[in-house]
Amino acid sequence: MSDLARYQDPLTIQRVLHSARTIAIVGLSKNELRASYFVGYYLKRHGYRVIPVNPRESEILGGKCYASLLDIPEPVDVVNVFRAPDALPGIARDAVAIGAGALWCQFGVINLEGARIAEEGGLTVIMDRCLKVEHARYAGRMHWLGFNTQRITSVRAGLQ
Amino acid sequence: MTGKPEEARAFGFETRQLHAGQRPDPNTGARAVPIFQTTSYVFEDPESAAAYFNLQEYGNTYSRIMNPTVAVFEERVANLEGGAGGVAFASGIAAQAGALFTLLQPGDHVVSSAALYGGSVNQFKHMLRKMSVELTWVDPDNPDAWRAAVRPDTKAFFGETIGNPAGNVLDIETVAAIAHAHDLPLIVDNTFATPYLCRPIEWGADIVIHSATKFIGGHGTSIGGVVVEAGTFNWSNGRFPVIADPSPAYHGLQFHETFGTYGYLMKLRAETLRDLGAAMSPFNAFLFLQGLETLSLRMERHVSNALAVATFLQGHELASNVTYPGLPSSKYRPLTEKYLPLGAGAVFSFDCAGGRAGGQDLIRGVSLWSHLANVGDAKSLIIHPASTTHRQLSDDELRAAGVGPGTVRLSVGTESVEDLIWDLGQGFALVAATAAAGAGAGTEATA
Repeated sequence: MSDLARYQDPLTIQRVLHSARTIAIVGLSKNELRASYFVGYYLKRHGYRVIPVNPRESEILGGKCYASLLDIPEPVDVVNVFRAPDALPGIARDAVAIGAGALWCQFGVINLEGARIAEEGGLTVIMDRCLKVEHARYAGRMHWLGFNTQRITSVRAGLQ
Repeated sequence: MTGKPEEARAFGFETRQLHAGQRPDPNTGARAVPIFQTTSYVFEDPESAAAYFNLQEYGNTYSRIMNPTVAVFEERVANLEGGAGGVAFASGIAAQAGALFTLLQPGDHVVSSAALYGGSVNQFKHMLRKMSVELTWVDPDNPDAWRAAVRPDTKAFFGETIGNPAGNVLDIETVAAIAHAHDLPLIVDNTFATPYLCRPIEWGADIVIHSATKFIGGHGTSIGGVVVEAGTFNWSNGRFPVIADPSPAYHGLQFHETFGTYGYLMKLRAETLRDLGAAMSPFNAFLFLQGLETLSLRMERHVSNALAVATFLQGHELASNVTYPGLPSSKYRPLTEKYLPLGAGAVFSFDCAGGRAGGQDLIRGVSLWSHLANVGDAKSLIIHPASTTHRQLSDDELRAAGVGPGTVRLSVGTESVEDLIWDLGQGFALVAATAAAGAGAGTEATA
């Protein structure tokens, strides 16, 4: 298994999506056309509590913005990262410090040292995967737009 | 989320051609793909409607842009080809236009194989030129020709896995490497191979196009097409401002930056399909899905029949120049072994003795092969270009177009192969009889 494939296991991804309630998005933009805003908007719409982490803003998506993970006054299940890869080790240390359950790094946010720090701190790590896409693949409506979800199942799921 | 987690099993092709893209209908439990024959969809509330139109949520709005039955077809082809997703169109030609219009703007340039389906040649020569897009035709067998044709304004390479009707096999890996060395995508029309025989994305192609009308459907009932994209091309490499820059047609959205892997496909659907309007009908998507369920089974039979018919023709005194790339004597044999190990498709041509008259007599003499202008049907098809699609051309002009006066194109179907060979024998008997009568009268010239 390649280094990256370790952090893209479908069963782990489904477990994280399933169990998470509160997601802190590091690098969430206020610009509605940025990928991070699309993801934050989508997650909020699907019932997750979204906590913005961005030192340059005070409020995004109707939620109070925190300068750092360390400032968040409540438990965080998933730390979702939209920053440059070299910022990851620092973010991983903060994620360990606040006792987050998982570190989820978006497309291109690849830094194996950051992953190692998070894993050693007891976090589940997902890397080079989009939280919105994975939610839409397993629990959402990604299949409505002709995307290859790679799902093969004859199990009847609940109402759409 | 409900249900048990799904393992990431690498399911086989035959499993995926039956299941990919569809789960039992969550509302009714229907096992077959329901035909959602609806133009539009009721929104839950104004916020949801806004989220769908803003592309912030995956939602159905209008069947010109997306439809749940068509989506099953799109995902199934994308899955079989190994792409990130697919977008269906009303025809293969519309799919091709959609794939190109998404990445081109006036003043751009495309490098294309010269050995293309005539309908594609028309689209490139006339419609693209009308849009101020220039073309360079290259010999697809010559890597240096592809390389030499690249210009600063070039935006794509285009070729067919198996050329129509000359049977040339594209060296996909080599041509893709040349394209990528110049930051260009390779677009491959995979209609003749189908994903069962060849998956161009595995060899480096970035976009795959199909006329679903052919082998994907296999029943000859429906016109349709589909574009699949690999999702790995870097559209933000500086060459593609139409995809990377803020889109004036979608309130400033930067499709590649925002959607990453899915950026090209989102733009193809949300802008190009929306604005071209060439949507596939849900009923046609349903029929194509019926075809896809048996794709591998049909293709196995198509290629074994095609090889048997080509071998028969190669040994027949009234046939020459049999272009089937699956023949051991084909100059494309090394490429066939690499890219088409399960078989080299089922469409090829040969030259019938007796020139124009010989080709026409062969058509007159057969009674099982259907004389019509299509390929990829489960039924065997035959056509004589010099008296149909290329009828207006003189013998000299035909030669320039790579078609001889006696050239006959076959699309070998899945019938009992003995019957197909028997029927061609009837055709050749008429060719021989007419030639003998003509020779006796001292008239009719030969090719």
